[in-house]
Amino acid sequence: MSRLWRWLIPLATVPVLALLAYGFRANPRDTPSPLAGRPAPRFALATLDGAPLALEAHRGKVVVVNFWASWCYPACYEEAPVLERSWRAYRGRGVVVVGVDIQDKPEAAQKFVRDFGLTFPNAQDPTGTVSVDYGVYGVPETFFVDRQGRIRVKHVGAVTDDVFRETVDRLLAEAAKP
Amino acid sequence: MTADLGFGMTLVALVLAVYGGAAAGVGARTGRAALVESAQHAALGVFVLITACFALLTYAFLTFDFSVRYVATNTNLGTPFYYRITGVWGALEGSIILWSWMLALYTMIVVLRHRSTARELYPWALATMLGILAFFLLVMTVAAPPFQRHTPVPADGRGLNPLLEDTGMITHPVALYLGFTGFTVPFAFAMAALATGRVGDAWLALTRRWAIVAWYFLSLGLLIGGWWSYHVLGWGGYWAWDPVENAAFMPWLTGTAFLHSVMIQERRRMLKLWNISLVILTFGLTLFGTFLTRSGVIASVHSFTQGAIGILFLSFLALVLLTALGLVAWRWEVLRSQGDLDSVVSRESAFLLNNVLLVAAAFTVFFGTVFPLLSEAVRGVKVSVGAPFFNQVNVPLFLSLIFLMGVGPLIAWRRASLDNLARNFLWPVVLGVVAAAAAFVLGVRSSLAALAFAAAAFVLATIALDFGRATRARLRAGESLLPAMGGLVRRHNRRYGGFVVHLGILIIALGVTGSQAWSVQTEMTLRPGETAELVGYRVRFDGLTAVEESNHFKVVGAFTVSNGRVLGVLRPAKKFYPQEQSPIAYVDYRLGLKEDIYLVLGDFARDGRQATVKLQVNRLVSWIWIGGAVLTLGALLAILPDRRATA
Repeated sequence: MSRLWRWLIPLATVPVLALLAYGFRANPRDTPSPLAGRPAPRFALATLDGAPLALEAHRGKVVVVNFWASWCYPACYEEAPVLERSWRAYRGRGVVVVGVDIQDKPEAAQKFVRDFGLTFPNAQDPTGTVSVDYGVYGVPETFFVDRQGRIRVKHVGAVTDDVFRETVDRLLAEAAKP
Repeated sequence: MTADLGFGMTLVALVLAVYGGAAAGVGARTGRAALVESAQHAALGVFVLITACFALLTYAFLTFDFSVRYVATNTNLGTPFYYRITGVWGALEGSIILWSWMLALYTMIVVLRHRSTARELYPWALATMLGILAFFLLVMTVAAPPFQRHTPVPADGRGLNPLLEDTGMITHPVALYLGFTGFTVPFAFAMAALATGRVGDAWLALTRRWAIVAWYFLSLGLLIGGWWSYHVLGWGGYWAWDPVENAAFMPWLTGTAFLHSVMIQERRRMLKLWNISLVILTFGLTLFGTFLTRSGVIASVHSFTQGAIGILFLSFLALVLLTALGLVAWRWEVLRSQGDLDSVVSRESAFLLNNVLLVAAAFTVFFGTVFPLLSEAVRGVKVSVGAPFFNQVNVPLFLSLIFLMGVGPLIAWRRASLDNLARNFLWPVVLGVVAAAAAFVLGVRSSLAALAFAAAAFVLATIALDFGRATRARLRAGESLLPAMGGLVRRHNRRYGGFVVHLGILIIALGVTGSQAWSVQTEMTLRPGETAELVGYRVRFDGLTAVEESNHFKVVGAFTVSNGRVLGVLRPAKKFYPQEQSPIAYVDYRLGLKEDIYLVLGDFARDGRQATVKLQVNRLVSWIWIGGAVLTLGALLAILPDRRATA
């Protein structure tokens, strides 16, 4: 074998490595929801403070429905401050964040809300019907509902500032158009 | 506090490993012994620090220290004591600690064993090992830090993944990682051989035993993994060609090839290039395995999280492969073979064929594993190839390998004469044919199973023939039977250890063949008092009970199993963990040499009025585990100090 040819041995690994690197492009967390584009299922629950909480009451606003639980560690613990922060930033612009606590004990849920100082409405789903309606697989899952009351985006896993901002800005922008 | 202390220790260990690696490398190049000695001290420091990190994390688990994020994610107040210890390596961050700790341990053993015996190779090997350790410590500091502070401190943690609540959790990862990390040592010495240009036999002699140890632990890890899959996952199988299983299987295949090809270099000075390449490939595949399981690039039942760690591992894999193969290209001239193949009918070519088959098997497994990525890159659709592909391609390869297992150890070196062939293989071939015929007469209609039995009988006969002949020679020399056999095994421990390992593999192969060919199953919904029947077994549903455990809720079904007489009551269950969305099956079974009875509880009515049960009768599965025990004996025998050298 000539001098140059032998250097092909290490180079032969390059395509394999490139293929593996390509794997990072795909995101296995992108879960298409069969509900995307469909009207968001209605619900009427009571918040942890006892106030009524109904999805219809917020028709015309962009609604972020977040399913969580106090035992959902660490993802729900990561996103709770994000949701609170985003809610404070966007509440004046026609955006509502709604938390639905599933399969949880009331005391644990109240402690969670207190610990993170959550000010957006949070309700328990004691019978589990709301999470079944939304097809929730696990917590946290977050549904972004547009002003017409349709589910537009389903996000699996903790919501980040970027995800919240990009999704909500998009929904706000298109709703501004007639 | 705990988190900061642990993180600080990790950071110091990282600095020490980087320094030690550099010092050993410079020391090796310039021949300054003081630098190498300083690197040894660094290695000791790294070992002590990682041990301390490991102990600290374990302590945090035992004391429910939820201020450490990793502890809070992987344990909760209900987690039993045993699983608080095994939970330490139950997820990504902790498994990297365990990995690094073993690597540091191996590095210390290398220092102790080879410091004075391998003056030229040792400094480079030390530099390589510390460099690899530095990488893992880097992962521990930036990508997957086990010590991360967590505020607010939750009142309770999330809990361990319920599937990991199994006694195998203490043995399976430990064995597997000892295998994975073990191949670092042969790789380090291979790098030393390339760096110094001493690519002859010295590095092989130094690492042969290491390679057997690593290979053995990898085998053990695979077998325990199979056992876990069999008795925990509840689908009645032990191997699914899951990417994670493949990740461990690929280095096993190339490692096996290496163990065999080494012998040709020792005897015939051939295959230097091939041996170095196999070691590089095997080590590369262990890294690839970790990359695969830790990066989430390919979806799998037990892949961990994803994130920066994938990119880090891929970069390191690229660095290792490009450096190592670059060195190979650089040393091309000295790696070229001196000996030539004399004849196609010789032990060399039998071993060569064995190597080709093993590497081909590794390649098909690799291809099948990354196929989803390939198809997505080329056609934009993710397609998995699944078990049928792997089975179809690999079964013929493995059958041929078993056949070669009989040929390799007995056929003559260089050129086998017809006389040699007849002397060694006439009776085994006859026995193989008889076994196939007997299988047919006894009602075996699967040609694959008949072939497997024939190959097994053939190999068994060659082993018996060889051992019998050697014993007879000793008897003629005046020894009595038992001392003759014992002395033979002790004096030629490597050869007979190899035979015993072959025997173990053979037994495993029979178990696999039997369970694939003859296992049967049925699924039925029963009311209390009703029975299901399968191949002579009657299973009566007696009722459901609910049990509250420390960290979960369990619904247990009672089923009385009989085959004419009552064999006992099996209690499969479904476990409900608050942190999991779906229940976890708990299998109950009765193991037997001929067949296992295996029950999985399916859906049930809450009032206990009916339950669905899956009943399986799995044939010959136990022989897989028995084969594992035999393999252990053989591996132990093979790594005993070589008596021939000293006697």
